[in-house]
Amino acid sequence: MNSSDEQSLGVQQSRREFLKSSGGGIAIFVTFGGQLGLLEHAEAQGRSGVPADFNAFLRIAEDGRVTCLTGKIEMGQGPITSLPQMMAEELGVAFEMVDIVMGDTDLCPWDRGTWGSLTTRAFGPLLRAAAAEARGVLLDLASQELRVPVSRLEVNAGVVSDRKNGRKRITYGELAKGEPIERHLKLKPELKDVSQFQIMGQPKLRRDSLEKVTGKAKYAADIRLPGMLYAKILRPPAHGAKLKKADTSGARKVDGVRLVEDGDLIAVLHELPDVAQDALGRINAKFDLPPPMLTDQNIHEHLLRVAPKGEVTAKAGNVDKARKLADRMIETRYFDGYVAHAPIETHAALAHIERGKCTVWASTQNPFGARDKIARAIGFSPDKVRVITPFVGGGFGGKTSNMQAVEAARLAQTVGRPVQVMRTREEEFFYDTFRPAAVVNIRSGIDGSGRITFWDYEVLFAGQRGAEHFYEIPNHRTTVRPQGWSGGPHPFATGAWRAPANNTNTFARESQISAMAAAAGADAIEFRLKHLGDPRMIRVLKAAAQRFGWTPAATPSKRGFGVACGIDAGTYVAAIAEVAVDARSGEVEVKRVLSAQEMGIVVNPQGATIQMEGCVTMGLGYALSEEVHFRGGQILDTNFHRYEIPRFSGVPKIETLLVEANDIPPQGGGEPAIVVMGAVIANAIHDATGARLKRMPMTPARVKAAIEEA
Amino acid sequence: MSATISFKLNGERVRLEADENRKLLWVLRTELGQTGTKYGCGRGSCGACVVLVNDSPIRSCMAGVGSVRGKEVVTIEGLANGGELHPLQKAFIEHDALQCGFCTPGMILSAHGLLRSTRKPSREDITKRMDRNLCRCGAHTRIIDAIESAAAELRNGKSTT
Repeated sequence: MNSSDEQSLGVQQSRREFLKSSGGGIAIFVTFGGQLGLLEHAEAQGRSGVPADFNAFLRIAEDGRVTCLTGKIEMGQGPITSLPQMMAEELGVAFEMVDIVMGDTDLCPWDRGTWGSLTTRAFGPLLRAAAAEARGVLLDLASQELRVPVSRLEVNAGVVSDRKNGRKRITYGELAKGEPIERHLKLKPELKDVSQFQIMGQPKLRRDSLEKVTGKAKYAADIRLPGMLYAKILRPPAHGAKLKKADTSGARKVDGVRLVEDGDLIAVLHELPDVAQDALGRINAKFDLPPPMLTDQNIHEHLLRVAPKGEVTAKAGNVDKARKLADRMIETRYFDGYVAHAPIETHAALAHIERGKCTVWASTQNPFGARDKIARAIGFSPDKVRVITPFVGGGFGGKTSNMQAVEAARLAQTVGRPVQVMRTREEEFFYDTFRPAAVVNIRSGIDGSGRITFWDYEVLFAGQRGAEHFYEIPNHRTTVRPQGWSGGPHPFATGAWRAPANNTNTFARESQISAMAAAAGADAIEFRLKHLGDPRMIRVLKAAAQRFGWTPAATPSKRGFGVACGIDAGTYVAAIAEVAVDARSGEVEVKRVLSAQEMGIVVNPQGATIQMEGCVTMGLGYALSEEVHFRGGQILDTNFHRYEIPRFSGVPKIETLLVEANDIPPQGGGEPAIVVMGAVIANAIHDATGARLKRMPMTPARVKAAIEEA
Repeated sequence: MSATISFKLNGERVRLEADENRKLLWVLRTELGQTGTKYGCGRGSCGACVVLVNDSPIRSCMAGVGSVRGKEVVTIEGLANGGELHPLQKAFIEHDALQCGFCTPGMILSAHGLLRSTRKPSREDITKRMDRNLCRCGAHTRIIDAIESAAAELRNGKSTT
C-alpha cells in the first residue's frame, strides 16, 4: 500500500464516522472530469495530500437535511450563505435544509485556500455540478421506489413526485432511510439555467449572525480543552535580528510556568494566558540588530535601484515611435507604501496531540496548507494531522502562512498537552505579510484631438494583477518588474492583500487616465468612454454615471468629483466619489462613494452588496491613512493607535449598484470593488483642488504639499 | 496580589481567587469561559473586549478584575434576556450589520451604553460614540442602521427597519 492509499483510507475513516452519526443517509462523492472547474482542479493535481478519489462531497440525512462539505472557510465574506444557496438550488431542496461544514481537513474535500475571489467563480461551479449530479442519483432512487420512470419525476423542495400522479411522492429524507448509501460519480456537468433559479439570485441574510451576536460563535482562540496551556513566544525586536542570548531564569520563577527552548522557539506556557505574557516579559534576551538601512522614507529609492528588468506582459503598435509623435506627453511616477491586513482577530491556533493524531483549530484561510505544513514540522504524515477552521475573524489575504498553527503544534508535541498560540496585536503587525511598497512609472500621450496615442506602463514590485489596461490605445506596452507580490527586496515579508497588486495598479492607471482627460480639457467619464471598447466596462461606467447624476465638466471643476474603473477577478467596477478638501490642513472628507459592479450572475445580491460596501470602506483606509512605518526591520506601527484603519467618522454615504449580466457566469465579489478606491479619491481631490496626488496614502500632509505645489 | 473577588456575571454570582490586577478580559475568557469577549489590541484602542459593568461599557482589556468587585458584569453571552434577543442583537441580524463578527460583541455592548444614555440618537451621535470601536470588514453603515433601528424599537416597542 503506498502512502496516498493509506492517507485516503485514514481520511475515509473520519468521513465514515461522520456519515454514521446520522444513522442511514446518502453520501455522494463526485469526481470531476472534463472541462469543469479546471482552475481549481488543475492546481490540485500533483500536490501531495490531494485526495484523488473525489472533489466534492455532500450528505443527505434521514431527516432530509443536506450537509454541504467544503474546504473553503468563512471569514466574513459570506460563503456560509452563498454556497448553501447554490447547493439548494441545484439539488432541489429548500435553502433552510442545507447545512455546511467548512474548512475541516478530515471531513471536507481538498481545497487550495480561500482567496482570490475564487469561491464563487471557481469552486461554485463544482459545488453546483455535484449537487446537480446528486439530484440525478436521488431521482434514480425515487424512480425505483415509486416505480415511475425518471423522465416523469419532478423535484420540489426535497420532494420527488410523479408529474402524472401527484400522490406518488417520496421525500429525499425517506430515500435516505435505512442502510447508508454511498455513491461515487464521475461528473457530467449540467447546471440550471438562470431562468430556472428559485434560490440563487435571491438576497439572503447571513446565516451565522445569530451565533455572532450572542457570543456563541467560536473562533480559534475560543476553543477550550482540558489541561490546555497558553503559550507566549519570544520574538525579536526587528526582522533580521539574531538572538545572542536569552536569560529565562526570571520567567521560570513564575508559579506554574513552563519554559520550552526548542532551537529558534523559546516559549513560556501557563494555564492563564496573561500570566504567560507577563512571564515572557521576564525573559532577558539580547539580540544582534542589523543596522537599519531601509525606512519608509527611502524605500522607494531602494526599490527603483534594485528592480529586476522584468517582462513585457502586453504590447501593441510601436510605443517608442508613437512617443515622438504625441502632441502632449504626461510622465508620472506613482508610489504606494506598505499596508497591513489588520484583521480584528489576531492569528490563533490550538493544537492537541492524542494517540498519534494532531488536531489543530486554526484561524486560517488555508486549512489544507496548514495541515501539510504542520505535518512536516512535527514529523507526522498529513493524514495524522487534522485542521479544523472555526469562524475566522477577518483574513483579507493575511491568514495564509499558518505560522501560529505550526508553533502551537510544535509546542503541543513538546509539552504533551494542548497548547494555544494567539498573537498579540504587536505580533500581528510584526509578522504580517504586508501589501508591498511599489512604484509605477507611466508615460502616455495624447494627440491634438484628445485621443490617447501611446501608453508605456511599468510596475515595480506591486505585481501583475491589474497592470494591463483595458482602453483602446494603438501603441502600448505593459512591463512588470517582477510579476508577483511576495518575496522581493523588502525588509520583511510581503504577500497578498485583498485584490493583490490591483489596488496599486488601478491607482496609477486611473490617476493617469484622469490626468490625461484633464490635459485634453475633457470630462473624465466622456474621456474614458471615448477610449473604451469593452462593452462590459462601458455598461458599468454608464450605469455608475447615471446613478450618481454625473454631469460632464472639464477637471478641475471644483466639485470634488472623481471617477475610476477597474477589473478584478472577472468583475468590472466603476466608482464615483465626492470629496471636500480643506486646503489649509490637507484633510480630505469623503462625502459620497457610488460603486457600480458587474459580476455576471449574482448568487446572493445581499452578500455581494455587503462585500462592495466593505471594499469601499476598507479601500478608504489604504487611500487616505494606512501606511506601515518602519526603521530597518523594526515595525514602528505596533498597534491601532499608530496604524489608522477606517473608523465610523470617516465612512461616507455609500451607494452600490449591481449591474445585471445573467449571460455571464458568476465572477468574483470579495475583492473587485476595492481596487478603484485609491484612484477615485485621488481624482476627486484633483477635481476639488487641481492638485494631483501621486503617492498613497493621501495623508493630510501629502495633500497639503500637493496643493501648495499645484 | 491574589485575593477573593466576587461579582455578578450575567446575573449569576461568581467568586474567584485571582490577582486583582489581572485584566478582566483574561479572567472572563479563561476562568469564566466567556469567550464572546474578544481580544483585539490589548490597549483599549479597538473595542472588541467591551463588556458592561453596572450597565456602562468598559474595555475589559484595560480594567483590573479587582475593579468589578461587587458589581454587575454583563458580557455578550448575557445580553439576551432568557431566550429573547436584545433589540440590538435582533437589529444586527436584520441589518446584516456584521461580516466576520469578531468586533460584533464589542459593537453591540458599546451601542448598549449609548442607547442607555441617549434614547433617540442621531446618526452623528452614533458615529461619535462608536468611533473608538474598530471594524475591519467595513460593516460601519449597517451598524449605524442597526443601532438606529434598535433605538426606535426600544422607544416604541417595535422595529422601524
